[in-house]
Amino acid sequence: MISLKELKKGLLTSLWFVFLTFPIMVIKVDPFERTITWRWHNAVYMAIGTFCIFFIMKFYMQRKEMKKDTQKDSNDSILQKTLLDTRKRNIFIGTVLAVALLFPQFVSSYQTNVMTTALMYVVLGLGLNIVVGLAGLLDLGFVAFYAVGAYSYALLNLHFGLGFWTVLPIGGLMAAFFGIMLGFPVLRLRGDYLAIVTLGFGEIIRLILENWGTFSQGPSGISNIPRPSLFGLDLSLGQAINYTYYLMIVFVIITIFVVNRLQDSRLGRAWIALREDEIACQAMGIDKRKTKLVAFSLGAFWAGAVGVIFAAKTTFINPASFTFLESAIILSIVVLGGMGSIIGVIFGALILILMPEYLRALSEYRMLAFGAILVCMMIFRPQGLISNIRRTYKFDKTNLKTTPK
Amino acid sequence: MKLSLSGTLFSVAACAVIALSVPSASSAGDTIKFGVAGPHSGDLASYGLPSINAAKLVIDKINAKGGINGKKIEMLVEDDVCKPEIATNTATKLVSDGVDVVLGHICSGATKAAMPIYKDAGILVMSPSATSDELTLSGDYPNFFRTIAPNAAQSPAMVDFAINKLGFTKIAVIHDKGDYGKPLAEGAKKYIEEGGKAKVVLFEGITPGAMDYSAIVQKIKKSGADVVIFGGYHPEASKIVTIMKKKRLKTAFVSDDGVKDDTFIKVAGKAAEGVYTAGPQDNSTNAMATDAKKEHKAAFKKDPGAFFEGAYAATIAMLNAIEKADSTKLEDLKKVLQTEKVATPVGDVSFDKNGDAIGVGFSMYVVKDGKYVVVK
Amino acid sequence: MDYFIELFFSGLTRGSIYALIALGYTMVYGIIGLINFAHGEIYMIGAFTAFIVATVLSIYGFPLLAIVVIAGVAAVVWSSSYAYTIEKIAYKPLRHAPRLSPLISAIGMSIFLQNYVLLAQTSDFLPFPALIPEFAFMEPIAHIVGSSDLVILITTFIVMIILTIIIKFSKIGKAMRATAQDRMMATLVGINVNSVISATFIVGSALAAIGGLLIASHIGQINFYIGFIAGIKAFTAAVLGGIGSIPGAVLGSLILGLTESFATGYVSSDYEDVFAFSLLVLILIFKPSGLLGKTTNQKV
Repeated sequence: MISLKELKKGLLTSLWFVFLTFPIMVIKVDPFERTITWRWHNAVYMAIGTFCIFFIMKFYMQRKEMKKDTQKDSNDSILQKTLLDTRKRNIFIGTVLAVALLFPQFVSSYQTNVMTTALMYVVLGLGLNIVVGLAGLLDLGFVAFYAVGAYSYALLNLHFGLGFWTVLPIGGLMAAFFGIMLGFPVLRLRGDYLAIVTLGFGEIIRLILENWGTFSQGPSGISNIPRPSLFGLDLSLGQAINYTYYLMIVFVIITIFVVNRLQDSRLGRAWIALREDEIACQAMGIDKRKTKLVAFSLGAFWAGAVGVIFAAKTTFINPASFTFLESAIILSIVVLGGMGSIIGVIFGALILILMPEYLRALSEYRMLAFGAILVCMMIFRPQGLISNIRRTYKFDKTNLKTTPK
Repeated sequence: MKLSLSGTLFSVAACAVIALSVPSASSAGDTIKFGVAGPHSGDLASYGLPSINAAKLVIDKINAKGGINGKKIEMLVEDDVCKPEIATNTATKLVSDGVDVVLGHICSGATKAAMPIYKDAGILVMSPSATSDELTLSGDYPNFFRTIAPNAAQSPAMVDFAINKLGFTKIAVIHDKGDYGKPLAEGAKKYIEEGGKAKVVLFEGITPGAMDYSAIVQKIKKSGADVVIFGGYHPEASKIVTIMKKKRLKTAFVSDDGVKDDTFIKVAGKAAEGVYTAGPQDNSTNAMATDAKKEHKAAFKKDPGAFFEGAYAATIAMLNAIEKADSTKLEDLKKVLQTEKVATPVGDVSFDKNGDAIGVGFSMYVVKDGKYVVVK
Repeated sequence: MDYFIELFFSGLTRGSIYALIALGYTMVYGIIGLINFAHGEIYMIGAFTAFIVATVLSIYGFPLLAIVVIAGVAAVVWSSSYAYTIEKIAYKPLRHAPRLSPLISAIGMSIFLQNYVLLAQTSDFLPFPALIPEFAFMEPIAHIVGSSDLVILITTFIVMIILTIIIKFSKIGKAMRATAQDRMMATLVGINVNSVISATFIVGSALAAIGGLLIASHIGQINFYIGFIAGIKAFTAAVLGGIGSIPGAVLGSLILGLTESFATGYVSSDYEDVFAFSLLVLILIFKPSGLLGKTTNQKV
């Protein structure tokens, strides 16, 4: 199966990688002791490793080619088909819900805690999905709204003693307000210019929180933030974790419901139209300015509300939690899951947030693996895990010789 | 609260995530579980990794001798990347895995986020590096101990030294905007202003990791300061002193414990000469400290990094407490820690009622011929 | 007045380094419309390779000039090779994918490379050997402009001229411009687009490697994380000048460097980055495609 030509190519590839990784993998210098360690064994591992990967890739490609020939029309995954069928969909949703509700009973509080974090990112992802996936506005500073929500709760609680349930909507509204503030100046910007301005906005918010000590307590952060209250009951840590988890489940359901309804609304259609073609969209009489601003503020609203929950869950916040990397992760969730697809974003969030936790077994190789997996997933499924299928109307096949897609 | 294999598989199925390993719930009781938490990846990894090595050295030695009271010690190492939100996961994981004591966390912020979880589970935590005053002095965290002195002790030490010993009156206070450096610098500023003997001519924060600090150095020069007090870590400090030397600035440089690291001298080279730093009491004569360093060198083929001695000391102190108390209950451990002195690389330490180490104070050092020398 | 000149030069030095990195961003963006987030890491790898090679050579007792030349060449060769390989692995398969997919791939690559260097080398800060000596003739003005500032400015200037010549007159440069204008059309007139894209990555990363070498030798230290912040700043500079425009990247970088320097000098370094980003927002409000970016009218 392996021809001589391929073997040669594989050898060359592995040689190239040995050369490439030579200075960093093989040489290790100690500039203080002035000694050099030559780690030749690394070069050997590298050579063997890349050689194997090369053939695995070749094999994979061949299989993909063969598959392409045999069955052409199976782009939709089983999951999507299930979701299209109403009865199957109800069963599916019911199962997922049952699993989600029973989850904390079967696993340790660590697992529940991690799952709560993942659910928070589901909502963040869905929020950003409105901005990026539906309206097509690339936002690299989404974490700023998250920070606004978190600090709203921490500060309002600290100074005015406001409780979690009071601040939850306030935090969301504050973030939405910031979304509009950011939205106004950047309305004219397109594509990647928008990306960098939002990135800058995110950094500015973080820097202000860091430097304006009298307002935000600076880098030391705010500690002893109360956990969410439940009719004034005194919860133990384990109970509090479970409670936060169920709270998040409810919140995720509400978010999915709202986002789903939004998507099919007049506004949602306007966003999609705006994403596809701005000029045509304007020509159809859609107010571009208003539509974009609403997208920004609605996206920000969810981030702000999750921010409040975040502050309540960790009980301590400081500006270090709201860096650019966080925005990048949320964006990755949206893109990886499949832009504009709600179920995709949910899967994206679960995978990206749970993966580093379960990769803990790899200890120091954890983030290396994370980066590599991110790249691989994009290469193998560039359109995202579950791409959004738009409602299509099909002609009856029997009446027509060719089936329009 | 059970962690069963089926539970884990369950979550795997539910989330479609490949769990690469299942944390094996080994039967409790036959080992002492020693948690190590801190940043082991990311940009602050260099502050967290040395504490793993320290714990490993001590634990391997004790295990080789048969463990404590017949029980072997098992290390549970968890990464928190110095982020509060991850630190809560780390802490919950350690608690779920049935950890008995925890060495860590490294950053004050992450520690503050994780403490309520340990507190609830009644687990002793000892940090080699978290210096935030709140952790011990607020009384919120009765299970927190540390082998490093709090900021509240360090700022005055630096200021007194600069004013009374070196006789400077115009002081520029610079910090790195971090949760370690900024409170330290603010404390120093307050202390200078209250003392009234000297004046703060400049108070500014620099951006850690920025490309260069020429502009701030020019500003220090313009301010006419005769000494810089810097709150922050060694990478920024070595950048500043290098640029100061390049710009031919003769201003003295006084800094904190985060700078007193051998890496500082190595990286800054000649520019480090004459820099003053606060640091844990001189323990160059402490045989344990030199031995610990030698062990590290033998085991890992390189010099130990930041907070190594503190972590080594914390490991010894906690394991000693477990041995003496023959228990891992918080109250028993606290009693031993607060009453008995134990010999560690940072001196013979016991702990006060807040959890701060008694006998861990500050000395001032000056860099001379590539070494830290105590200023008497 | 002295103070002003001092700040001016420190801003200029910083801006020059930004420019060397920003060019890589802008060239890649110009050709394939990708924000190459891994570019900061390429700069870091360049600096790291230079560090390793220079230290090895100095242990073997080579003269300074030889060290500078060999370390410089090694940095350029290896960081170009990395960029070339990364493009082949992480971006090429995604050329026809949705617009944001390569961006995520780039973010993943950036995380991967950081941790790769962290694991293969060390997390500690390392002293970078002083490759730029202190010139005796600079001594009288050393408190204003140091030798390394001078070398950085001159090198950047020379590199810019060489780059301009390549882009303007060489065959590959012409091919690059053609591809940037219209990839499909370039293919039709017989340009091998794949090799042009590879060449762009190679040239961009060679510049970044030079930048890495210069700045590391100026501040005397490196670690695996230096690429991230430098990358973001350089990207900001590229957008400021109009992403896709080569003179724009240089102009944007210099403006950004000077702004940061003056903001620190006359206001406060606490808000240095706030000033930098606010300037960006302001400029983009009035010139939505950057200072020198082309304003293309969108047609239906």
